[in-house]
Amino acid sequence: MILAASFFHNENFLRVLYIVAFGLFIYGMTGLTGPRTAVRGNRIAAVGMAIAVAATLLWPGEGNWGLIAVGIAIGACIGVPAARRVRMTAMPQMVALFNGVGGGAVFLIAWAEFRNTHGYSGTATYVAVFSLFAAIVGSISFWGSNIAFGKLQELLPGRPITLGRPQQLVNGLLLAAAVLLAVLVGDGSHSQLEFVGMLLCAAVLGNFVVLPIGGADMPVVISLLNAFTGLSAAATGVALNNPALIVAGMIVGASGTILTNLMAVAMNRSIPAIVAGGFGGGGQVAGASGAGEAAGTVHSVSAADVAIQLAYARLVVVVPGYGMAVAQAQHAVRELAKALEARGVEVKYAIHPVAGRMPGHMNVLLAEADVPYDQLKEMDEINPEFSRTDVALVIGANDVTNPAAKTNPGSPIFGMPILDVENAHQVVVIKRSMNPGFAGIENELYFKPNTSMLFGDAKSAVQDITSELAGV
Amino acid sequence: MLITNLTILVLAGFVGFAVISKVPNTLHTPLMSGTNAIHGIVLLGGLLVIGFAGNGVFNKVILVIAIAFGTINIVGGFLVTDRMLEMFKRKPERGPKDGEGE
Repeated sequence: MILAASFFHNENFLRVLYIVAFGLFIYGMTGLTGPRTAVRGNRIAAVGMAIAVAATLLWPGEGNWGLIAVGIAIGACIGVPAARRVRMTAMPQMVALFNGVGGGAVFLIAWAEFRNTHGYSGTATYVAVFSLFAAIVGSISFWGSNIAFGKLQELLPGRPITLGRPQQLVNGLLLAAAVLLAVLVGDGSHSQLEFVGMLLCAAVLGNFVVLPIGGADMPVVISLLNAFTGLSAAATGVALNNPALIVAGMIVGASGTILTNLMAVAMNRSIPAIVAGGFGGGGQVAGASGAGEAAGTVHSVSAADVAIQLAYARLVVVVPGYGMAVAQAQHAVRELAKALEARGVEVKYAIHPVAGRMPGHMNVLLAEADVPYDQLKEMDEINPEFSRTDVALVIGANDVTNPAAKTNPGSPIFGMPILDVENAHQVVVIKRSMNPGFAGIENELYFKPNTSMLFGDAKSAVQDITSELAGV
Repeated sequence: MLITNLTILVLAGFVGFAVISKVPNTLHTPLMSGTNAIHGIVLLGGLLVIGFAGNGVFNKVILVIAIAFGTINIVGGFLVTDRMLEMFKRKPERGPKDGEGE
């Protein structure tokens, strides 16, 4: 870094701006610890980002303004409408997509860096090492996130797509190939072919790692890839000597790791098992179809019956699931709850840690419908209350209520913490059909004597109950 | 330079763990999308590389794409997080209007 002395002053000022920027990131993130401070926290972090970008543009020697403007304009034209229009139910795939483009930016920058330095000639070894690390991880994250997006958006089948047993071997070889090529490139081979080969190996690896993962595990993968992108951004920061990049990248890496872990615990799945493919790979599919035999009798009821049950209850616990969100039934549920409360019925909502398709997703969806958040009870808080609950109203939730998680050691979800819905005096399940849920597992709850099923679209079924309730 | 960078790297990792582990379950989705927006900071990398050495058409093309990607990541991520969090915030204000629920 040989710069004219007159610039030094300026440069130090800009470094201070970077420090301000990452200070604001950290301060903003601490705001996310409570719903009241969260909006401000997010905006503070955004201001930090604006400062970091401004400082970079002011850096002495910065140029190519036209191209920078074009890039930012394209990004804003795509990003702003996407963020404004996306439905709350589609939030997981939106996060996957934004994560993917972040990873994409990382590997493209590494590639340009490689080309600009003519294969890292004249740069320190650590620059090459971190840049190559960023390229591999960014490429995995980009392709993996795109596949995750495709699966959640149902552009790709949600079922695991896998080569079977050899999959892990192939993945191992791809990773080894990518690392080997990175070593060759870093060792001064200057070969662009090898660099592109490395990117390709990482790209195929990203596809192969995510394709075999079932839809239910996808949020865990997105969170993991989020952590990956963060780490690759931090590595880019080391290669470019940019502290703002390092700090921001590491914060994301840390948060992604924590969230991935929390989710894996909530689903009783180990991260290596998820990454290794599907619900235990091929064996799962056979197990799921076999479980269908365990069926018994199902009691089907009408909306009027449910209305009567609810009208004379003291405590009703609503157990919302992703099905409710897909049917856009959260507002109808809120109306029903208001009608019940008007009659003096106590209404609570039981929120499983992975209700919806991401941790906290259901809270967002219910917040959208103006459900007061003091009525939302987390699993540990609500489970002891089910025994004094008159009616548990399960709307579009499935696997998180499945007693097999506690009773059937053969079940793929055995050991997953669940909502103890079956302890309620009466259970009413609103469901479109008897099809198994996202994880493809039969739910024993539906065959219990105290369970009745109300078949139909969640939204219209709930509306029917509300109108029947008026006549009770 | 490397040692300074590594020091920052390790300390930032611990700060990240300390801050994020306090976030309640309710806010995990906004947290994920908020941190997602933050890694859009790779945009800076794109700006630096194109500003200092964006030579050759191919380099320019991939860097413009990288800048566009980074911008999507930042702008989209922060906006969508803001939209989500607004829903949490407005609850106490609207609550009383909803009546019995509160």
